[in-house]
Amino acid sequence: MAFPGQPAWRSGQAADCRLAILRSLPGPWLCETSMNENDHTGPLLILGCPEVPVQQALALYCAYRFGEQGKELRIAGNTAVLQLLRVSDPGKMYAKKMMDLDRCIEDLSGKKLEPSVCLVFAHSDAGITYATTIRYLTEGRLVSVIFGKMAEDLGAQLDIPCEKIVEKAVHNPGQLRRKLDEVMGWAASKT
Amino acid sequence: MGCVEDLGYEVLKSGVSFKESRAFIEEQCEEVFYVDPGFRIFEKCLIGVPPIAIGLKGPVVMLPYTKPCYGTFILRVESTEEADMIRAKGRRKP
Repeated sequence: MAFPGQPAWRSGQAADCRLAILRSLPGPWLCETSMNENDHTGPLLILGCPEVPVQQALALYCAYRFGEQGKELRIAGNTAVLQLLRVSDPGKMYAKKMMDLDRCIEDLSGKKLEPSVCLVFAHSDAGITYATTIRYLTEGRLVSVIFGKMAEDLGAQLDIPCEKIVEKAVHNPGQLRRKLDEVMGWAASKT
Repeated sequence: MGCVEDLGYEVLKSGVSFKESRAFIEEQCEEVFYVDPGFRIFEKCLIGVPPIAIGLKGPVVMLPYTKPCYGTFILRVESTEEADMIRAKGRRKP
């Protein structure tokens, strides 16, 4: 409720006015795609079990890269993986949108989520199973990132139309990051 | 019909690969039906690599259930309603 003399943009009832002011400011930090919480076509990252260290680093890296493009990456995972992200990024600088994996699958199935691009991280048989399921549930671009000690065997098992990144990485995310940069077109920009 | 958690289930196998789960179900069940990933059963989307085998023995349903950290489980759940639904919607051949 607006108090007498209070500017309209502080009333809480004038979201359009506030948005107009923010839009008039310079800088790439506000754009339509990044601020729309209901955007169901935004990029999606599906995470597997957090036992392989490179996953966490690359999840935040992907969120950063999409953020550079003015897009908020939605990250889906189980309770453990989301908790790791919350602790790693307490200010939600990168991991701004997170959701439970089961709910994400339900939303993909019900077309409440229709991501234009989806990345799936997999380092186990279960990860390959999830990647395959995601392919069946989404029509957009799918990038499967396969890592861990069994990466090559798992990569050979993944038989779906998608872009594949395979790297036997466990602790060092450098090579995977380089391949992600190439596939996602992030190579041109400096980190 | 209810969620698999509410109906109660028996875990027949745990930590198996998806191929192993399919082979187990095909070996153990009198009737086997095949569905694609995302098929809804017990109010959940089925996670898996196609063709996903679901086994039936009368009202008993044998199905794979995948969790990210634990791999694939094979569950045994008794539900006449879901068994009939699978007979109606599943494929007889992979």
